[in-house]
Amino acid sequence: MAVTTERRLDAERIRADFRIFGERSHGKPLAYLDSAASSQKPRQVLEAMTRFYETSYANVHRGVYELAARATDGLETAREKVRAFVNAPAAREIIFVRNATEALNLIAYSWGLNRLGPGDVVLVTELEHHSNYVPWQYVAGRTEADFRMLPLDDQGELRLDLLDETVAGAGHVKVVATGYVSNSLGTVNPVERLSEWAHERGAIMVCDAAQAAPHRRIDVQSLGVDFLAVSGHKMLGPSGIGFLWGRAALLQEMEPFLLGGHMIRKVGYEATTWGDLPAKFEAGTSPMAEAVGLGAAIDYLEEVGFEAIERHERELVTYALERLAEIPGVTTFGPPPERRAGIVLFDVEGVHPHDVAQILDTEQGVAIRAGHHCCQPLMQKLGLPATNRASFYVYTLPEEIDRLAAGLRKVREVFG
Amino acid sequence: VSEMEELYREVILDHYKNPRGHGELEEPDAAAEGQNPLCGDEVSIFVAFGGDGETIEDVRFRGRGCAISQASTSMLMEMVKGRTAADVAEMNRDELLEEVGIPLTPIRLKCALLGLGVLKVALHRAKGTPLPEGWDGLDELELT
Repeated sequence: MAVTTERRLDAERIRADFRIFGERSHGKPLAYLDSAASSQKPRQVLEAMTRFYETSYANVHRGVYELAARATDGLETAREKVRAFVNAPAAREIIFVRNATEALNLIAYSWGLNRLGPGDVVLVTELEHHSNYVPWQYVAGRTEADFRMLPLDDQGELRLDLLDETVAGAGHVKVVATGYVSNSLGTVNPVERLSEWAHERGAIMVCDAAQAAPHRRIDVQSLGVDFLAVSGHKMLGPSGIGFLWGRAALLQEMEPFLLGGHMIRKVGYEATTWGDLPAKFEAGTSPMAEAVGLGAAIDYLEEVGFEAIERHERELVTYALERLAEIPGVTTFGPPPERRAGIVLFDVEGVHPHDVAQILDTEQGVAIRAGHHCCQPLMQKLGLPATNRASFYVYTLPEEIDRLAAGLRKVREVFG
Repeated sequence: VSEMEELYREVILDHYKNPRGHGELEEPDAAAEGQNPLCGDEVSIFVAFGGDGETIEDVRFRGRGCAISQASTSMLMEMVKGRTAADVAEMNRDELLEEVGIPLTPIRLKCALLGLGVLKVALHRAKGTPLPEGWDGLDELELT
């Protein structure tokens, strides 16, 4: 008899790898419910970086000595881990950058600025983080292309039925840019369907996966996208490293983004030619130890398993929605738990999010995010200048959601 | 007294729930608005001068935002009524912060000082009173 059991993760055991949870905030154990802004780091990531600095550190690529070879091996091993992580066809399609924002700017500048013009359309969504909105708005403005926004329904899901209408009469759709998972509502977007729609029109499909990579398995080939941007710091990796995946054929055709050392083939007085992928887009000294740290983060996540991560987050979101629904005056936003990552966006009637966050922190040691979450178009849609966001990850415990609920009751009492 | 109670003192909550001088003046002698883009606090202030053209006879505000920003602006309305524009332009921020009387982190300090900044811009526009350094040429106060 075949028995399949979904793997569960043990958050208590995972927490033992994160020394930060020994810290206290206002004398209370830290309840970190702000992982959508940035995740905490396990000791395995920090140790991998320290080990790299202590045993393998030199500048990569050009050194002929053994230490430089070890450093290069560290960087390239990390690149291969990233390749496997997103199921990219080739490691040279992985470009290391500072973060998803830099990756998206790279595409907007190198591809967009050179290929867009009057009569072209760039389509983004109402759900976008500013990182996948502002660069496209700017480049569309510079090239006189039309900038359009696909609206959301009341549950925070994309109105795919309005795709054709949104671009009707606007011209030739050249770029479709969407987040995979919304950083504010947690919505998991139907990227595959958007890719199909984009490709039917000859457009490129750009996917901001910064908020997806920590929570779900990503397969660039089944998603059907042309570019994918990820930040390391939201997925247990260090700050200062992220990556862009792009189809080799597109990357090869594109103009470079940053110019300087390492990205060249031959430099002359009259002209310079560009190096091969990925060097062409990696000018200057790479974030080497950060790449090693990102590789260790990928190992850690694979060990925990994405099925287990998704299940854990779905259970936490379900629990949080139940607990928050019990509190009068608290409104939650977003799609049902099965179609969202570990994020709960909410409003407390009559109380500004900064006051909510302050009271949660001082009373309960609960850290949440208060503000516009870099999603001002979405906040306008909700009719709120700012909202509260609690976000969960592999190390989040249901007890921390209980403390969130207790803190919210206190908020209601203080402002009652 | 807990940290929370220190911050959300009864008087702060009272000013937040029952703001003094809340509203607009139809034909103000001076007006300005401003925001703290970081948290979305917004304040607009409207001033009417008395017969001498210098004394603040009436002052109102409209706004939305956190309790600290709205309560401190409400307190400010009570503090400046009856004072001259020149006097208020020179008003030290500590005078307001003493009245607010709560410990503030740098981020929350901006919330507490939003109303005072907007009022100084309004007076500067109407009376040419001096602004704090670096504020000249502001279209709108933005505390960033």
